[in-house]
Amino acid sequence: MLQFIAKRLAMLVATLLVASFAIYGALYLAPGSPIAALTGGRTLPPEVMAQIEARYHLNEPFLTRYWLWLTAAVHGDLGESIPLHESVNTLIAQRIGTTLQLVLFASILIVMFGVSLGIIGALGRGAVDTGVLFASTVSAALPAFAAAVILQFIFGVMLGWFPVLGTGEGFVDTVKHLTLPAIALAATSTALVTRVTRTAVREELDREHVQTAVSRGLPWSDVVRRHVLRNAAIPITTVVGITIASLIALSAVVETAFALNGLGAYLVQAAQNKDFAVVQGISLVLVVAFVITNVVVDIAYALLDPRVSLGSRAQ
Amino acid sequence: MSELLTVTDLTVRLKMDSGMREVITGTSLSIAQGEAMGLVGESGSGKSMTAKAIARLLPDGAETLGSVVFDGVDVLALSGDELREHRAQVAVVFQDPRAHINPVRRIDDFMTESLRTLRNVPKGDARTRAATALEEVGIDDPAKRLRQYPHELSGGMLQRVMIATALLSEPRLLLADECTTALDVTTQAEVMAILDDLRRERGLSMLFITHDLELAGAVCDRTTVMYAGQVVETREARLLHGDPLHPYSAALVDARPDIDSTADRLRAIPGRPLSAFEAPSGCRFATRCSFAQDSCREHEQVITELDGGFVRCERAIELRGKVREGAHV
Repeated sequence: MLQFIAKRLAMLVATLLVASFAIYGALYLAPGSPIAALTGGRTLPPEVMAQIEARYHLNEPFLTRYWLWLTAAVHGDLGESIPLHESVNTLIAQRIGTTLQLVLFASILIVMFGVSLGIIGALGRGAVDTGVLFASTVSAALPAFAAAVILQFIFGVMLGWFPVLGTGEGFVDTVKHLTLPAIALAATSTALVTRVTRTAVREELDREHVQTAVSRGLPWSDVVRRHVLRNAAIPITTVVGITIASLIALSAVVETAFALNGLGAYLVQAAQNKDFAVVQGISLVLVVAFVITNVVVDIAYALLDPRVSLGSRAQ
Repeated sequence: MSELLTVTDLTVRLKMDSGMREVITGTSLSIAQGEAMGLVGESGSGKSMTAKAIARLLPDGAETLGSVVFDGVDVLALSGDELREHRAQVAVVFQDPRAHINPVRRIDDFMTESLRTLRNVPKGDARTRAATALEEVGIDDPAKRLRQYPHELSGGMLQRVMIATALLSEPRLLLADECTTALDVTTQAEVMAILDDLRRERGLSMLFITHDLELAGAVCDRTTVMYAGQVVETREARLLHGDPLHPYSAALVDARPDIDSTADRLRAIPGRPLSAFEAPSGCRFATRCSFAQDSCREHEQVITELDGGFVRCERAIELRGKVREGAHV
C-alpha cells in the first residue's frame, strides 16, 4: 500500500512536470502579451517597456523563464498576476472553495442518480428500463451550457424556485445557489454513469456465479446485493472516478453560465486577459486534482477487487 | 426403493431470437433415494437442460411441459419461498468452479453463505463446519483456505470447495453437471472418488451428467443416455457398457478408445450431434445410425421396456447383442 502510494506520488510529480511544461509552453506560444493587457493597448516609451519586461523577466529566454517559474511553484509560490498585481495563490484560494463545492455537489448527484437509475433499469426490464434509457439519452445529449440555460429558464425565471446567479451565504443558501449549476454540471455524466451501471449490472446478472447463488436458494435480494451489485461496483467505480475528474474541467462552462466566482470561470477570464500567471496556476491545480482523483479510483479499485493488487502489496 | 425424483414427459423450449426452440422432448427419468443416475450424451443432447429444469434454473422465458416431482412436490409449480427451499434441497455442482464462485468474495463467505442466510447458523459455527467439510474433501490447512480468494486456489481445489459447499447445506439430491470435465485427468479421478465416497456415506441421490460413459458406469447405479433432447436408453450402469440396447449407446461405447490395444484410427460417430429442434421426424438418430431402415424414419420411436432397461428403438429386440459390432461397418 505504502509502496503503491509512493509510486503514484512519483507519477504525480512526473505528470505535473510534463503538464507544467506543456502549459507554460502553450502560453508562451499563444498570441498577445501580458503587457498589452496591462497597458490597455497604449504605446509606452521603450525604457518603460524595458523596465516592465525586466520586472517580470519577460526579456529572458524561454527556458530560463520556465525554470524561474517552476522553482517558485515548487516552493508553493505560483507567481504574481501582472494585470492585478496580486499573488496567484491568493487569487486561487479565494475561488477554489466554490469550485470544490460545485464539483462535490455534482458528484453526489451523479452517484446518487446515475447509479440508482442504472440499477433500476437493469433490474426492472420492460417499461421501467425503456424509461431509464430514454431519460439517460436525453440527459446525455444535453451539453452543460445548454442544460444551464434551460434550467435557469425553467426553475429560475419561470418557477422562481432557485436563484440563477451567484454563490450565496451560509450552508442552506449556498446549496440553493449551487443546485442548478450542479444539476447542469451533472447531467451528461449522470447519463453516462446510468448507462455504465445498467450494463455492468446486466452483465453481472448473467454471470455463472450469480446462477450458483440462485441455485443455492438464496433470497433474490441477497443475490442482487451480495453478488450482482457488489461485483458491478468495480466497473461503476472506475467510470464514476473518471467522470468526476472530468467535472473539474467542465466546471468552467457552468461557473461562467451561472456567474459563479470559481476557478473554472476565472481560468477562462484570465486566459482572455492574458493573465498568464493565473492561467498557469489554475491549470496546475486542475492537473493535481485530476491525478489525485485517479489515484483514489485506483485505490478503490484494488479494495473492491481482490484480484487486483496495489503494486506489490504485502500479504 | 422409493423415488425421490420423478421426471415425466418433460419438454423444454427456450426463448431464442428466432422464436421458441425445443431442447428437450418428452424426457422421463426417475431417481430413487440414495441412487446415482448417470445422464450421458453429446453436447446439445439436453442433459444440462434436464438438470436445469429439475433445479428450476432455466433461463427467463423458457417453456416447460410435463412434470417434475421431487419428494412428492410438483417442482414446476413452485414459486417464491417454496422454490428457494426446493433449490436449497437440490445442490448443483457446476462444470467450471472458477466461473461459478464469486471471485471477489472469500472462500469462507462462499461456503457459509447459505448456512448463515437460510439456516440461521451463527457465523462461527458455520465456519467450523466449513473447515470440517474442507478436510473431508482432502484440503489441508482449511483455516488458511477459508481466508483466501478463489483466484488463489487451483481448479481442482476449487471443485473440491464446490463439492464441500454443496454437501454442507445437507441437500437431498446432488446435480453434478460435468463437474470433472474442466479438470485434468488425475485431479478428475481424485475429485470423482471424493464425490462418490461422500455421496454414499450420506445416502444422497445424485444425477451425474457427463459425456464419459465409462465414468458414469463407474459411479452410477443406472445410466440414462440422451440424444437430440430425447432419452434413448436407460439401463443399469454396469450393463450399458457391455450390452447396450440402443445403437447410439453402442456407438458412444465404441467411440471410447480401448486402452489395451492401439487403434489405427479413433472411431467416431458419423455426422454431428443434433439438438432437439433440428432433429428429423421419425427416429432422431436415423441420420447417423448404421442400422437405420425406412421404417425408422417413418414414425416417431417410442420408449419400451426391454430386459430391465428402457430403449427407444423399434429394432432393439432384433438387434440385441449386435449393435456394437455393426455400429461402424
